Parts: sequence; structure tokens; C-alpha cells
Amino acid sequence: MGAWAIAVHGGAGVDPNLPKERQEEAKRLLTRCLDIGISALRSNLSAIDVVELVVRELETDPLFNSGRGSALTENGKVEMEASIMDGPKRRCGAVSGLTTVKNPVSLARLVMEKSPHSYLAFSGAEEFAKKQGVEMVDNEYFITEDNVGMLKLAKEANSILFDYRIPAVGTCGASAAMDSPLQMNGLPISVYAPETVGCVVVDKQGRCAAATSTGGLMNKMSGRIGDSPLIGSGTYASELCGVSCTGEGEAIIRSTLAREVSAVMEYKRLKLHEAVDYVIKNKLDEGKAGLIAVSKDGEVACGFNTTGMFRGCATEDGFMEVGVW
Amino acid sequence: MRWAIALHGGAGDIPHSLPPDRRLPREAGLRHCLDVGIAALKAHKHPLDVVELVVRELENYPHFNAGKGSVLTSSGTVEMEASIMDGKSKKCGAVSGLSTVVNAVSLARLVMEKTPHIYLGFHGAEAFAREQGVETADPSYFITPENIERLKQAQDANRVQIDYTQPVQKEEKDAAATIPNGDSQIGTVGCVAVDSEGNLASATSTGGLVNKMAGRIGDSPIIGAGTYANHLCAVSATGKGEAMIRGTVARDVAAVMEFKGLSLKEAAAYVIDQVPPGNAGLVAVSSTGEIATVFNTTGMFRACASEDGYSEVAIWDSPLK
Repeated sequence: MGAWAIAVHGGAGVDPNLPKERQEEAKRLLTRCLDIGISALRSNLSAIDVVELVVRELETDPLFNSGRGSALTENGKVEMEASIMDGPKRRCGAVSGLTTVKNPVSLARLVMEKSPHSYLAFSGAEEFAKKQGVEMVDNEYFITEDNVGMLKLAKEANSILFDYRIPAVGTCGASAAMDSPLQMNGLPISVYAPETVGCVVVDKQGRCAAATSTGGLMNKMSGRIGDSPLIGSGTYASELCGVSCTGEGEAIIRSTLAREVSAVMEYKRLKLHEAVDYVIKNKLDEGKAGLIAVSKDGEVACGFNTTGMFRGCATEDGFMEVGVW
Repeated sequence: MRWAIALHGGAGDIPHSLPPDRRLPREAGLRHCLDVGIAALKAHKHPLDVVELVVRELENYPHFNAGKGSVLTSSGTVEMEASIMDGKSKKCGAVSGLSTVVNAVSLARLVMEKTPHIYLGFHGAEAFAREQGVETADPSYFITPENIERLKQAQDANRVQIDYTQPVQKEEKDAAATIPNGDSQIGTVGCVAVDSEGNLASATSTGGLVNKMAGRIGDSPIIGAGTYANHLCAVSATGKGEAMIRGTVARDVAAVMEFKGLSLKEAAAYVIDQVPPGNAGLVAVSSTGEIATVFNTTGMFRACASEDGYSEVAIWDSPLK
């Protein structure tokens, strides 16, 4: 029997000026989620069950950008999306445009297991949710005061806030401008912005799974779909590994980032750490993103080319680490 | 380096006994769209313009499952989706859940060029369409009598049909078995092109699966699944969406070329081979002007041509002259 491993993330790209207490809050949440996942793995839950469980926890906590605490659309509402993938048979499920489903990742799993399809969105997804009897709440439940404030700022700046931040101009000056992603208005963000969440797990049987969930971009157009629900971009799992990505949605989609890690392992026979390094280094072009990954052999890796990524990982031999930078 | 173009009107269980009144209009459609694409390439239009132009033509053709002639959801409505990708920049655009936009592929291009986003769906996409002033029509414009009939058959058989399958005989219980029949299903459309400078582009458009759940998204708008283009090749795939999503079919062709050093044709065959039989097909061109058209279904409506004068319109394995 192999060894289990787990990793979680709460978004790539962190403001270096993020107040210490927010960093600590994030680390506490990541630790709690790791503990939940570790407990489940010790109880012999399968990888697919564990990733769902952990992402549900991240969605329920308002700290990061998923479920409650999601970023707001230009209309001040929440539209959530998520995807989940089970490595062994590459089964997958995804949802977009959810407004009343309390746990998007669980609906994604139901799409995978209870529908003839892989991806449901908007009112069709909500209809399916009703029929499945999942917990539904008013859209207001997901909206936090923090995010209402962020939306106002974003509108004033007339820009889109991604779920990662670039360093404030004060600290990095010209390099911050150079690091600005092409599609951004290049405005530095010195206020905490919410982050996409994800989890990857390999269980003792060597089965890998991955899940990602988000509210998307602050001030996004209603109907905008990002990388998180796209299989191959934000999420991927195969017989070899499980991957969840976060960062600039466009960059992740163009580079089919999650799929890339598995592809280089399959086709170039790279090991997990080499694959993650290779992909982050060579496949993002000017894009900014991060990812977490596990392999069927019980390894865990993370990589990012942003300033920081909220993450945590643990392996069966007792290794555990939670980090921001 | 030379230009090349390939387009498809869907892969599936196309019976060899397809009657002329079903076969001839589709062959004519493929020929017409191929001619449009060739003319554009000869006029030095960029491949991104070429694939958009050709897919618009395919969408307007009621015999293919895209735009007018899209298959129907379980509610009898039309929900169209499309994506487009530029190989050099890897910029891309996608749309889903359209019900009034005459040319989904053009809206996908506008998402790519006029928004900071890649993908818009449903009411948001429709609102964007109105903002952009693209051509829209009443939902009834897209619905054809053939598709009303297909939906009824699928609902009677209580199953979801892939792009192109036979109607199920009443006594046929095994959905996987095929029985030749006069009627036929129709498929997703797509086009890939490369110019003499090696610029590549791909676009795919569809109405999806017959009797699909409202809100179901397939592979056609998913970058890496139904559509992909980079500096090596451009790919447009067709077949059972769910199989193409999990296999990231379009992306894998380029990945296998890059990471295993396979040629375009070898890579295309390798990737289609990984998908369960009867489920997928694709057209692809490489930066050096090679063409690949591969499918593990009975047939795939397709056409292709290259600068050296080669041209082909085909449904099954042998090209039609």
C-alpha cells in the first residue's frame, strides 16, 4: 500500500503588505482544512471524498474566495463555479453560474455521479441542484461586507481585481508595473482581495483527486466563466497525479495548466516535482499563477510564479507545512 | 511552409446507407465551406479570420449541428456554444448557453477581443451580444423540423445522443448497437487553418447533445477539449463531449507532438485511440501545413485542402471525388 498526501490552497498572489493578522487567519484556516483532510485519510476515506470534504470547508469559511465570501460580480451578486476530478477513471464534474447552492464543489460531484454530463451551468445547474435536494440558500448568504467594500473600490478604480494581488507600487515600484499581467489595468492592490480555493489528495490506494472552487473575479461581468470549472485548466486528475490551479484565469486556460502537469509526467516521464517546476517555469509565458499537486506515489508539490500563495501540505510520514510566501 | 485548412461537420455513427437526400446537402455544404476557406487563405487572410468565416458558414447551414440546425435540449430549446483560439498568442474566446445569437463563433471572438475575459455563458453572454450589436434572431430561427424529430426519438428512447447517432429502433435496447436507418444525426462543426507563415487557428461550434439537460456544457467551448491551437498545431474535435473533456483531446494532440516528438498524423491517431471507440473525431493542421483527420466513429463529415493543390471532401474512410 502507498502513502497518502494532501495539499490545499487559498489562492496565488499575495500582497506583501497584507496585515499580519490576516496572514495568521489564513494559515489557521489552511491548518484546519489540512487536519480535516488528514483525519479523513486516516479513516480510509477515498481521495475523491477527501477533496470534496476539504473544499466544502473552504467554501463554508468566508475567508477565501469561494462559497461564502465569494468575490462579487459587477451587479453585486455572487456567481460561483467549481470542478472536481477523480484520477483513476478520469471522471469529472463541473458547475458554473451558481447563485443559491451552498457548496458548489458538492454539486460538481453530483454532476459527475448523478447526471449523464460533465458540466452544468446557470439555471440548468440550479434546476439540477433542486432536483438533487442539495442545500440551497439566498444569494445574500454568500455576500460579505468585506467584499461589498472591495467591489466599490474596484468600480472606483474601474478595473478588475483578480484573485491574486501584485505588490503595492510603494514597495516594488517599476518591477510591480512590469509584473502586472497584460490584461489588468495594472493597478496595484493594497487591500486584501479574496482567493480561489482548491485541494488535491492521493489516498493510500494511490488514487489521486483534485477539486477547485471560486467566486471568480471581483467586478466580473455576469456570466463570466474562469479557469476553476474548466477541466484541464483549473483542475485535473489522472492515474498519475491530481492538480489544482489558481491565479490569472486567462493564463491558466491558455496554458491548460492543470493538464500540463499530468501531460509532462505521462509523456516526458517527469516526476511530480520536476513536472511542477517545468510547467511553472516554461508554460505560463507572462502569466501569473500557482498550483498544488500530488502524485500516486504519495508525493506533494506546489509551485507558483506569483508573490506568495496561500497553501498547506502534509504527507503520511508526518510532514506538514502551511505557508504564504 | 504552405497553407492548409481542414473543417468538419461532426463525427458519429453515420450509416454507409445514408440516403442521397441526407448525404448530398451535407457534401455540398462541406464543399462550399471548403471553397470559402480556400479563397480566404489565398487572399492572405489570417487563419483566425479564416476559421471564423468558415465556422460562420457551417453555423448558417441547417444540416449541421451548430447555429441554425442545432439539436434541441430536453426542453425543446436551443443552447449553442463555441470557442476560438489563436495559435501564436494562445488568445482564446468561448461562449455557452446562447439562444438568440446567429453566429456563436463570432461572439466567442468578440469575448476574446473585446472583454478582459475568455468565456461568457448564458444570460451574461446574451447581454454581451446585445451590447456588441451582433446579429440575433428569435429562438425559433434555429429550430428545424429534423431536430424536433430527433428530440422526440431520443426522448422516446430515453437517452442522450452524441453528435451523430442512429435513431434507436423500438426493439433495440442496447444503445451501443448500431442499425442502419434512413435518418441520420448531425454533428458539431469546426475548422482549423494554417497560413504560409505558420500562423495557426482553430474554432468549434455546436448545439450540443440531443435531449441534453438545460445548462449542459460540452467540449466545444472548452479550451483544450474541443478546441486548441499553439505554435505547433491547431485542432478542432467532435464527438461525445464528456469523453473529450476528460481526455483533453484537442490539447493532447499538441502535447504528444511536443513531448513525445510524434508527427501531427501520429499524434492525432494516438490521441483518438485513447478515447473509447465510437466517441471522437478531430481535424488538425500543423505549422508546416500537414493535415490530419482522424475518427474512431463510423464516419466524420469533413473537408480539407492544402496549397499544393490537394483537396478532399469525405464522410467515411475513402474521400469522395
